Amino acid sequence: MCRRAAIPARLQSSTRERALRIAGRFYAALMRSVEPPFAWLQKQVGIRGMAYAFVLPNLLVFGIFVALPMILNIWYAVTGSNRLSLVERPFLGAENFRVLLECKDYFDANSCAQDRFWRAVHNTMLFVALQVAAMVLLSLLTALILNGRILARGFFRAVFFFPVLLSPVVVALIWKWILQRDGLLNAFIVGAGGERVPFLNDPSWAFFWTIFVSVWAHMGFYSLILLAGLQAIPADLYEAAEMDGTTRWRAFHRITLPLLMPNIVVVLVLTIIRAVQAFDEIYVLTGGGPGTATQYIVQFIYETAFANQVHLLGLASAASILVGSVLMVLTLVQLRISYHGKN
Amino acid sequence: MVSARNFLTAYHGKRGPNFVDWLSYFYLVLGLILMFGPAVWLALSSFKTQAALIEFPPQLMPSGHKLAPAAGHYKPLPVYRVPMPGGDVAELALTRRIGLQGNFIDPAKPDGDIVRALMSAVTPVRETRFAFENYTEPMKRFRFDRYFLNSVIVTVAATIITLLINAMCAFALSKYEFRGRNAIFIFILSTLMVPISVILVPAFVVVNALGMTNSLWGVILPPAATPTGVFLLRQYMLTIPDELVDAARMDGASEWRVFWRIILPLSAPALAVLAIFSMMWRWNDFLWPLIVLNREEVFTLQLGLAAFQGELDTQWHYLLAMTVVTLLPVVAIFAFLQKYVTTGIASTGLK
Repeated sequence: MCRRAAIPARLQSSTRERALRIAGRFYAALMRSVEPPFAWLQKQVGIRGMAYAFVLPNLLVFGIFVALPMILNIWYAVTGSNRLSLVERPFLGAENFRVLLECKDYFDANSCAQDRFWRAVHNTMLFVALQVAAMVLLSLLTALILNGRILARGFFRAVFFFPVLLSPVVVALIWKWILQRDGLLNAFIVGAGGERVPFLNDPSWAFFWTIFVSVWAHMGFYSLILLAGLQAIPADLYEAAEMDGTTRWRAFHRITLPLLMPNIVVVLVLTIIRAVQAFDEIYVLTGGGPGTATQYIVQFIYETAFANQVHLLGLASAASILVGSVLMVLTLVQLRISYHGKN
Repeated sequence: MVSARNFLTAYHGKRGPNFVDWLSYFYLVLGLILMFGPAVWLALSSFKTQAALIEFPPQLMPSGHKLAPAAGHYKPLPVYRVPMPGGDVAELALTRRIGLQGNFIDPAKPDGDIVRALMSAVTPVRETRFAFENYTEPMKRFRFDRYFLNSVIVTVAATIITLLINAMCAFALSKYEFRGRNAIFIFILSTLMVPISVILVPAFVVVNALGMTNSLWGVILPPAATPTGVFLLRQYMLTIPDELVDAARMDGASEWRVFWRIILPLSAPALAVLAIFSMMWRWNDFLWPLIVLNREEVFTLQLGLAAFQGELDTQWHYLLAMTVVTLLPVVAIFAFLQKYVTTGIASTGLK
């Protein structure tokens, strides 16, 4: 604000106005140029028919790139071989699913026909459990603190939100640089008299850091949702409670928590849905390693279909249908809850 | 600006900060360090020379060997701290190295006496220096200029297409009565449940059949019809009075004219929110481009970075600088349009 005042107000507004005018003229020219075909179309189909013309482009993109793949997914899942072409693929029935699910002991990945799949499933389940717990608790704590009477709230809100904007690749590289052998964290440890820790080459540490980094990157988003929920709670409830001499813990327990519950559940379901699909940050940070310690389910699908020597499209499709059905159940739960929350 | 009154009342305790306040501020400061620190560290490191990057423990500021220009020498000379015979220490420039010994001169008096000293007895003088070549070299020697351009093309083209087709769809869904309207709306919303990771294989097959692999169109088009965008715009357009549309029709405006002259300008706030999010999604997108684009010349910045870091001998000095280039546009958007971003999320749960 202060800095902007240095520029003469007249000059600033005129530049801005000129830019807006040029943009406006460009927009008008562009839109006017497609007017004749639309006018012709309107003559053919009438005002009512134009509604279909308006939804068509969006529906076409949806149909070709989302709906059609959904149907094709099933076809790929029940056929084999590494051919892309639909007709060249031999029909296998439920064979791909059988291979994926064949296991002597579901808790021991080594006893399964697809041990990599089951290792990814186990890793993902542990990852989801820990990451979701950490995410919900920390974003709730952050939202509560940001909602309190603090200095420079806007600034701190921005601080916690900032990593949400970074791309997964950037997030992974930032932390890879800090966690590497000669990185900042090891410098602190050595400075404090400790030994260097191979953070990304040790299975347990690597697993921990995939959780840490994904919480770091997305926590601000969920804090913001919870903060919006907290601010929607009417202040007079707390005033009334204070007049009755209620303790702050009791006010939190009896007012804040119940009223915030719909938001908390939405955050819970959203974090689960996203955690099941964890891929990009982790893929760049650890590459699934060391070994298979941080290999999660989407990476299994990606590598089975595209990165391995033999492209097992059917197996990957079958796995993605399994993941998709889990996600669909979770999304239905979320929609149901948010629908109930609003009514 | 925080006024003094605000400052004095910004805590829970009646007479001063109590236990909860201290804990809150401790948490906030810790958050500040943890959330901002890594990015600041990245930015500082990106200006370090390759030699400075492998130092352990690392220096906070980017620094290099201090160089001093001296008359009669074609390159600036490195400066060392040299112990003098009298017992004091002087900062001298190294002119020549002969075995274990070095010849030093005073850079201010290049014609003065030559001081000889053992190299083991002198220490290099360091100064804060920014290695800007980390930013320019990868653009020339690798193809980061190309990646950058590709990212810009994808982001701009995809955002324009997304805004246009989502707005058209939302217009029809909010301002017309037609058979199948609700079915279409539910169909669009239901695709929210189908993240790209679930349809990776068939989506790739479709894009491949259309000849769009290794073309930027393959990245731009498939995610353009965002359900969140249609939903957001439809909800906003419902608040525009139908009378405006009817009046324009009465005046003989075509439906397309109603759309671009009345509906779009009035939906500007919602369009702005969607535009910002679309730009962020596309700039940051990774999994889908990773599958569609395999040739280096069509890589986006994100793919270029990921490929560059995967090489055996990672050239961190270039990688860090290019990471900063990748995050700068997003940080700029955030700095100027923070309000749009946060209200967008808070009101729609968009991400």
